[in-house]
Amino acid sequence: MVQEGGAAEGLSLPRFALSTRTAGRWGDQLFRLLIRASALALLLIVSGMVVVMVRAAFPSIKAFGWRFLFTSTWDPVAQHFGALPLIYGTIVSSLLALLIAVPLGIGAAVFLSELAPPWIRPPISFLIELLAAVPSVVYGLWGIFVLAPWLRTQVQPALGSALGFLPLFQGPPYGVGMLAAGLILAIMVVPFIIAVSREVLLAVPNTQREAALALGATRWETTRLAVLRYARSGLIGAVLLGLGRALGETMAVTMVIGNRAEISASLFAPGYTMASLIANEFTEATSDLYLSALIEVGLLLFVVTVIVNALARLLVWSVGGAVKEVRE
Amino acid sequence: MRARFRRGVNTVMESLTAFAALLVVLPLILILGFLVYQGASALNLDFFTQLPKPVGEPGGGMANAIVGTLTLIGLASCLGLPLGILGGIYLAESRDRRLPWMVRFLADVLNGVPSIVIGIFAYTIVVLPMRRFSALAGGFALAVIMLPIVLRTTEELVRLVPASLREAALALGIPEWKVILRVVLPTARAGIITGVMVSVARIAGETAPLLFTAFGNRFWHQGLLQPIAALPLQIFAYAIAPFDDWHRQAWAGALVLIMMIFLSSLVARIVTRGRYSGLR
Amino acid sequence: MWTSAPVRRMLRLALLGLAGLVLTAGLAPSPVSAQMLMNGAGATFPYPIYSKWFDEYTRVDPNVRFNYQSIGSGGGIRQITERTVDFGATDGPMTDEQLKSAPGELFHIPTVLGAVVATYNLPGDPKLRFTPDLLADIFLGKITKWNDPRISAVNPGVALPDQPIVVVHRSDGSGTTYIWVDYLSKVSKEWEQKVGRGTSVNWPVGLGGKGNEGVSGQVKSTPGAIGYVELAYAIKNNLPAPMVRNQAGKFVQPSIQSTTAAAAGAAKSMPSDFRVSLTNPPGDDAYPIASFTWLLVYNDQSDQAKGQALVKFLWWAIHDGEKYTSDLLYAPLPAPVVKLIEAKIHQITFQGKPLLAAR
Repeated sequence: MVQEGGAAEGLSLPRFALSTRTAGRWGDQLFRLLIRASALALLLIVSGMVVVMVRAAFPSIKAFGWRFLFTSTWDPVAQHFGALPLIYGTIVSSLLALLIAVPLGIGAAVFLSELAPPWIRPPISFLIELLAAVPSVVYGLWGIFVLAPWLRTQVQPALGSALGFLPLFQGPPYGVGMLAAGLILAIMVVPFIIAVSREVLLAVPNTQREAALALGATRWETTRLAVLRYARSGLIGAVLLGLGRALGETMAVTMVIGNRAEISASLFAPGYTMASLIANEFTEATSDLYLSALIEVGLLLFVVTVIVNALARLLVWSVGGAVKEVRE
Repeated sequence: MRARFRRGVNTVMESLTAFAALLVVLPLILILGFLVYQGASALNLDFFTQLPKPVGEPGGGMANAIVGTLTLIGLASCLGLPLGILGGIYLAESRDRRLPWMVRFLADVLNGVPSIVIGIFAYTIVVLPMRRFSALAGGFALAVIMLPIVLRTTEELVRLVPASLREAALALGIPEWKVILRVVLPTARAGIITGVMVSVARIAGETAPLLFTAFGNRFWHQGLLQPIAALPLQIFAYAIAPFDDWHRQAWAGALVLIMMIFLSSLVARIVTRGRYSGLR
Repeated sequence: MWTSAPVRRMLRLALLGLAGLVLTAGLAPSPVSAQMLMNGAGATFPYPIYSKWFDEYTRVDPNVRFNYQSIGSGGGIRQITERTVDFGATDGPMTDEQLKSAPGELFHIPTVLGAVVATYNLPGDPKLRFTPDLLADIFLGKITKWNDPRISAVNPGVALPDQPIVVVHRSDGSGTTYIWVDYLSKVSKEWEQKVGRGTSVNWPVGLGGKGNEGVSGQVKSTPGAIGYVELAYAIKNNLPAPMVRNQAGKFVQPSIQSTTAAAAGAAKSMPSDFRVSLTNPPGDDAYPIASFTWLLVYNDQSDQAKGQALVKFLWWAIHDGEKYTSDLLYAPLPAPVVKLIEAKIHQITFQGKPLLAAR
């Protein structure tokens, strides 16, 4: 009963159907102005954000230029600022999170939308929605008092003795560090990957599935051949959306990453991400160049997340067109 | 033979994906379990009614932080809801050519911006010119976070209102703006409220943007132009401190925060159940 | 049943009611709006004594509330320079450059003396002591294990485990850091050249914790960790406060007495702006890593009522406030210094006129 087309184009009615009474027309003008102004307000906010940040970051951009992205010292005393350790930390923690979250997330999404018996879907989806609603600081709290000690006393010593020949698992077990950050990010990102993947999978037309089943495929084969292949770009989009979320995550990471601006090959070592650097040092940047460098890091984060998110939405949209956006 | 192998693979993959789903749900159970276990013991009347005590002294509560969070949500809603709902109506109803596309794109962009970057923005345009940290700055930051969610949800739901309703109202001679306000919006109301509740649940837990806008306050706030306490800020401050009593209060605060968030999500779902079941 | 129409209607009404409640909670002034709120931010080093003072002061003057956020000395310096707070707090004195970039003249008002200790977490809680070069080399990353012979040499008879040393430092801009690196710069040429002084430095090794709270929290939960915190944080968390060898060659325990002894020499040659370093002082009983901590206030206040409240509080703090220091293991200001501070407080003005009447 829902006429998408009619509502989408506004009112595709002949002009004479609209009110011609003066009062109505005046009201219409005002209302139209009001809603257009609200839309423009959004435009203003986003462009304002970009302008303000570029202006504030300018002293740092002028001082360091492109070297900012490749230098690895973050030295407030000598006023030398290089964002490389932060970029490294952000990328590594996010990649680690994706490594864990993508197989689990897409697997769970496939289970929920294709393979699970219908009675089990609502409770599990409900639980996953709850997971998405937990705030970052609560994850951080759990990370400090439950995850980090567990890593320090059980997991890291075990990994260190079993796989310690790899540089990935060397170094003393602090508990906090890159591994803890990656794990927490994985838990935080998984509900988004699941939600978007499910939408993507649901957007795959049933004809694909029916065709495969008609040819005698098992449920898994149907999923693999007909659904996943069709939805591939959308699933990649879901993964990218998860990445976008992981890149910008602040509080939980700040509480478990160890807060050290250094590049290290080991997952056990402490690190720093762009977002947690800003959270820790923003209120205390004691010189203008310092503050400017911090805002430049923020600008970098902004640009990267915008690009990743834009790419993600493009890919997700390409699968079903009518796939709804994730409401988070 | 081959059929049995394929059936075997099917079973294996079904179990693997089921296992994945279980693994995903496991952390939630662990986290909630810990929250309830650690937090419930520290919850008492004091927690809800008292202000924080000085360092090292046991007792005290987070009354001002709870009220502070509610205040910030109220402020953010005052700024974000009108803009979001009106903007959503614009996106759904407007016949303009390029502006809606741009607004939609930018709303999605804004949705993906890390909240700490929004905090920097709020610091630069509210805190610095006003020369003070304030509830207003915090509310502004949260409103900016809330805006795209409300915008997109309103747009979707206004579109879902059947054209026949509009056409009937217009045929009766009702001006367009009245049609939208009196016919379309009320029809979409339940869904819009869901969108609002979802955005409230999101901003209730935001900490990063408040770090340098609302700033925190150990006392009751004295009006909107002063720093204000907030539950997630307080949880963060207590969590990284070394005092065990503060840790217990942090768990209790986290429990209260999660309850608030879950409650609003739950209520939103119940309110809209049945109305749009076919359309989700 | 849960989703039937009457229930939904009720819930929608409840929602509306809640929304109304939230809005009024926010927009209505709070119950105690008659009070003035003073906002301050800065050092975590004196936070235990400041929070005690601000709590006690509400009984002394119920019309004023002091809201202090311990975000680190760097934050205190920044926010008072931006004038987003009414007063700042730091234990690393502002540099000449920082003072120049402030919109007005800033005073450093000393409040208490504190000690920074090298606290650690080792199984069995052995009682250790350190020498200056040991501390410098541990924090430079040159000594990496607890059973290093250099540590055993200074601690004969103490069983040291074969565990890696986990260095914990500050991740935020910190006056405590300043005191610590100022000391290390004085006792180690290598530290001075490689790392230097500041509220935020480029640490050779270690984990970062936020605030004195974060560092002590991190040390407390990480076996094998060593970090530097203010004495009160160590004691309140049952963490050790080890002896350090001072310039005179004696191993001194951090305490109120040894902190006071560290300031003994400074009182005689106190600069007029009170920016003085007390680290590595001469004297047999002096603890080598002690410091003043300062409140940063503008010479010329911009608001008369707030300025009055501020000077009244400062006067109370340096006189009556000092009696709360011993409980929290801070050392009170030496009497001759108090006299000098009194004169300074008299210099705080509003539009040129001193706020505190001469006594």
